[in-house]
Amino acid sequence: MKITGRVWKFEANINTDVIMPGFTQLLPPAERPQHAFSPNRPGWTKLVQIGDIIVADKNFGTGSSRPAARVLKDLGIGCLLAESINGLFFRNCVNEPFHALEVVGVIDAFQEGDVAEVDFDKATVTNTRTGQVLQGQVWPEALLKILNAGGIMSLLESEGLLGDDYI
Amino acid sequence: MGMNIVEKIMARSSGRSVVRPGDLVVVKVETAVLTDMAFIADHSDKLKLPKTLHDPDKVIIINDHITPPKDLATAEGVLRSRTFALKTGVRFHDIGANQGICHQVLADHAYALPGTVLVCGDSHSCSSGALNCCARGLGTTDILYTFCTGQTWFKVGETVRYEFTGELQKGVSAKDVFLYIAGKYGDHVNCNIEFGGPAADSFSLDARRTLSTMAAEVSVEFAVWEPNAQLAEYVKARNHRPFQMTYPDPDAAYLDVRAIELRPIEPYVALPDKVINNTVPVSQLGEKIKVDQCCVGSCANSTLEDLEAVAEILKGRKIADRVRFLVTPGSQLVYREAAKRGIINILIEAGCLLTPPTCGVCAGLNNGVLAGEEVCITATTRNFKGRMGSNSAKIYLGSPAVIAASAVTGHITDPRGFLEVNSK
Ligand code: SF4
Repeated sequence: MKITGRVWKFEANINTDVIMPGFTQLLPPAERPQHAFSPNRPGWTKLVQIGDIIVADKNFGTGSSRPAARVLKDLGIGCLLAESINGLFFRNCVNEPFHALEVVGVIDAFQEGDVAEVDFDKATVTNTRTGQVLQGQVWPEALLKILNAGGIMSLLESEGLLGDDYI
Repeated sequence: MGMNIVEKIMARSSGRSVVRPGDLVVVKVETAVLTDMAFIADHSDKLKLPKTLHDPDKVIIINDHITPPKDLATAEGVLRSRTFALKTGVRFHDIGANQGICHQVLADHAYALPGTVLVCGDSHSCSSGALNCCARGLGTTDILYTFCTGQTWFKVGETVRYEFTGELQKGVSAKDVFLYIAGKYGDHVNCNIEFGGPAADSFSLDARRTLSTMAAEVSVEFAVWEPNAQLAEYVKARNHRPFQMTYPDPDAAYLDVRAIELRPIEPYVALPDKVINNTVPVSQLGEKIKVDQCCVGSCANSTLEDLEAVAEILKGRKIADRVRFLVTPGSQLVYREAAKRGIINILIEAGCLLTPPTCGVCAGLNNGVLAGEEVCITATTRNFKGRMGSNSAKIYLGSPAVIAASAVTGHITDPRGFLEVNSK
């Protein structure tokens, strides 16, 4: 899968309380994305266009288990590229699924507003302005299976494991 | 080459003889936990749950984040959690004699078993590493996968081992040790922590839980302690399932082994907005930092020992004017025990407000919310911008003793002076 989009840059250790502020956990899912990054980048979500790409430094998504990956996905972010991704946040990316790659060197290779071309399956990233190509970490087969099934809930549903008898 | 604790538990749970960093393993899960939050978050519009559970005996539901509910939306969430737990017949902790914050409840009943894998839908689940358990926080959907299949997957990370030596000064606690480590070594992304060393036995189970819980703040995968004989007795007295105390092999490999001498560690605070590389000793704060609200609670600091540390400072003293001090016992069990020992009385006499044993103030979800520009010092887990209310509120983290001393003076205070006076 190929993803091309305009780049927004974020610093190291971005936590889930800023991606998805606590109070939004109690809002319906459709109302959550507009509040993304409101504590540290108010107004940003109004500037985002569908398919934009987040380029971040180390440890993106540290913090709680809340469904913050879904918020970025629902906001229309096409892909996350980070020096490293917090383990729990990465699992939530797999499960949504939300395209996210660890790419060492990405933070220095892009300026905000550059356009990134991502070949997700090969985990390669190109800066269209400079022509620089970076190699990221390819997802293991088992995780690609979840991605291709449309996320973990779709996978469970297709195997007939889910119901709604409890509500 | 041998294996460390995490690698051994991963190997046993995945049916392999050897596991190394970088391996992707599918493991059997001994205990899978969801909180009330799972029943409101994300699925509020179309809640899908497992038709049947792989093994109901291995599932626990704990109402803590939004219990007791504050409005209709949270009440509906809690109701769904209750209905699910009652229909499936799993172990269930709702308002009543055994309610509490999930990680405290898992320790109260030794649900987290040494040498096994536990997953829970809350990010501080590494807390149960104090019981020599490979415990990890996962998202709700990940836990539902485990409910259905009895399994999950992990990419095994490298392990950093901390070796404790020496003795802590009076007035310095596990929280200070954590803040010292977070300041000095920063994040541990994709890595595990193993705690041990000659002075490991000086850390009680409560103190171990503080360190393992807070390890989530340096982005750890697992934060496991070497077990000891007290742990085996503690678990046997509370949980009749078999478990396997797991020690590292003598020739186990680590990314790094770091010796931590306890004696020089002072009371620390984390400055507002982030924990990693953002902590200082209270003695080096320079200016007087006035506080509006003080809190002791959360899965990191609501144990009996934490409440005792607060009482030791508050005994015979009063909280400063215009300062609010909210204290959360971690569970009803902790609350009862603290009441029996007279601790609760000391706190109330001094002017504390006791809250129900829930997440409450920690996540700004249902009480203790901060207004703009207010300053809070708290013995909870996170100081992230906006976590407890306004984005312009300032949240400092510290130990229960630092919070109690600060509540008495009205500004961030080193507790050691108070304890010296007490002992005279
Ligand atoms: S007490 Fe705070 S950190 Fe702990 S589980 Fe509750 S909200 Fe999370």
